[in-house]
Amino acid sequence: MRAIVTVVGKDRVGIIADVCTRLSGWNVNVLDINQTVMQGNFAMTMLVDLEKCEMPFREVSEQLRLRGEEMKLSIRMQREDIFEAMHRV
Amino acid sequence: MISRREIFETLEMIDQQHLDIRTVTMGISLLDCADPDPKACCRKIYEKITRMAKDLVRTGEDIEQEFGIPIVNKRISVTPIALAAAASETEDYVPFARTLDRAAAETGVNFIGGFSALVHKGFTAADRKLVNAIPQALAETERVCSSVNVASTKSGINMDAVALMGRIIRETARLTADRGSLGCAKLVAFCNAVEDNPFMAGAFHGVGEPESVINVGISGPGVVHHALLECKGAPFDLVAETIKRTAFRVTRMGQLVAREASSRLGVPFGVVDLSLAPTPAIGDSVADILEEMGLERVGTHGTTAALALLNDAVKKGGLMAASHVGGLSGAFIPVSEDAGMIASAEAGTLCLDKLEAMTCVCSVGLDMIAVPGDTPAETLSAILADEAAIGMVNNKTTAARLIPAVGKTVGDRVDFGGLLGSAPVIGVHPESSALFVSRGGRIPAPLQSLRN
Repeated sequence: MRAIVTVVGKDRVGIIADVCTRLSGWNVNVLDINQTVMQGNFAMTMLVDLEKCEMPFREVSEQLRLRGEEMKLSIRMQREDIFEAMHRV
Repeated sequence: MISRREIFETLEMIDQQHLDIRTVTMGISLLDCADPDPKACCRKIYEKITRMAKDLVRTGEDIEQEFGIPIVNKRISVTPIALAAAASETEDYVPFARTLDRAAAETGVNFIGGFSALVHKGFTAADRKLVNAIPQALAETERVCSSVNVASTKSGINMDAVALMGRIIRETARLTADRGSLGCAKLVAFCNAVEDNPFMAGAFHGVGEPESVINVGISGPGVVHHALLECKGAPFDLVAETIKRTAFRVTRMGQLVAREASSRLGVPFGVVDLSLAPTPAIGDSVADILEEMGLERVGTHGTTAALALLNDAVKKGGLMAASHVGGLSGAFIPVSEDAGMIASAEAGTLCLDKLEAMTCVCSVGLDMIAVPGDTPAETLSAILADEAAIGMVNNKTTAARLIPAVGKTVGDRVDFGGLLGSAPVIGVHPESSALFVSRGGRIPAPLQSLRN
């Protein structure tokens, strides 16, 4: 299953490293990253593959959310299908 | 890959424009629960609902979590109880409502629809028992919703049923007077009721439906309103096009959720209901869309035309995005559940007569309208008859959900809480319709050709 992870918040050192380390620890493969900083605001979208991840989707998503709260960032993970449905015919 | 702009656009729709799935409703047939012993019938109903829908709420929550899209309501609709209970040897149908309420609580759904009767051509003995039980049933239960189909294009208007429903609505209001006459918010009188409607309070599982089915109701007035901000001053062609595009996206999401819920629950997918259902939240209003088209306040001249465009564009956009469309499909204008409608009614712009005109071009009817508590039953019946006539002649579903709020008068406000919102009491004409309603009988079905 593929999902989109979005990270939004105030920029600081090591956000990508932190999120990627966690994802790799759960065996979630990062397929693509797109990141920008606008007026000090960090915005990143990642396409990830949960094929080899043994943790349930809900759990991964919740762990990311909690980590986001610790870092004062909004982190969420949603299945790719929802974006495909809304933006691709 | 989906672009960053598209991803953030979707997130903004969910976070700021209240995009959500309004309801995932599981329809369950209760036809096989019939039993001469009413207690046995209730037992079978409870057992069947709790078995079929045991995973409904959890599955809904899982999908919500994985797609990151809120599914506001998980609900159940059942075969009209007047059919399921007809074989039972009892005069009292209230226990069936209690059974539905217990089953709803056990499965965790917030509403269960189907304490219903279809009497557009006449009453069976069971229909009469059911309708007479409605006030008590709605007073005693929390989650049960009731509907009565009093008219259809093919059979005309059953004016005896219309007269009875006026009295039933008043009695329901009286028995729930301590809760703002809340019982009436769970009671709908229909013309041309549909069998696959996922929205409450009018949902029931029709006899042409399969054993069980998943129907999904989408929403998104906030998203449509936001999209229209981009075409200020533009001609209506562009307005219609923009609404269609937005409805297409919203419906695609509804279709995705419907398919996912259907496959996880092992229950066939029925329809996506393409409705723009508002909530009392600021920014989630159908009235805002109409005002964005250039009306100073919803209810003023031009409102009906604006609503006609909106309703049509939503359907055109949504149709292509869903494999099966059904239910009520159209823009809803429930007064108490729409901040813009409430404001306009309080300002005196939106009156009952204008609302009635608006229902000629949208779904679904005079919805969630509080009227003075001393409104005579005959006047309520006459309002129902007018609304049924609009549905009957125009070949569409119309309904009335009126709340004669006990102890309240024009200018007062009734608070229902939650999604049901709060309604300013709107005036009705003081002139009597009693002689009209007391005639009884049936208004014949209309001509279907020579349409002008």
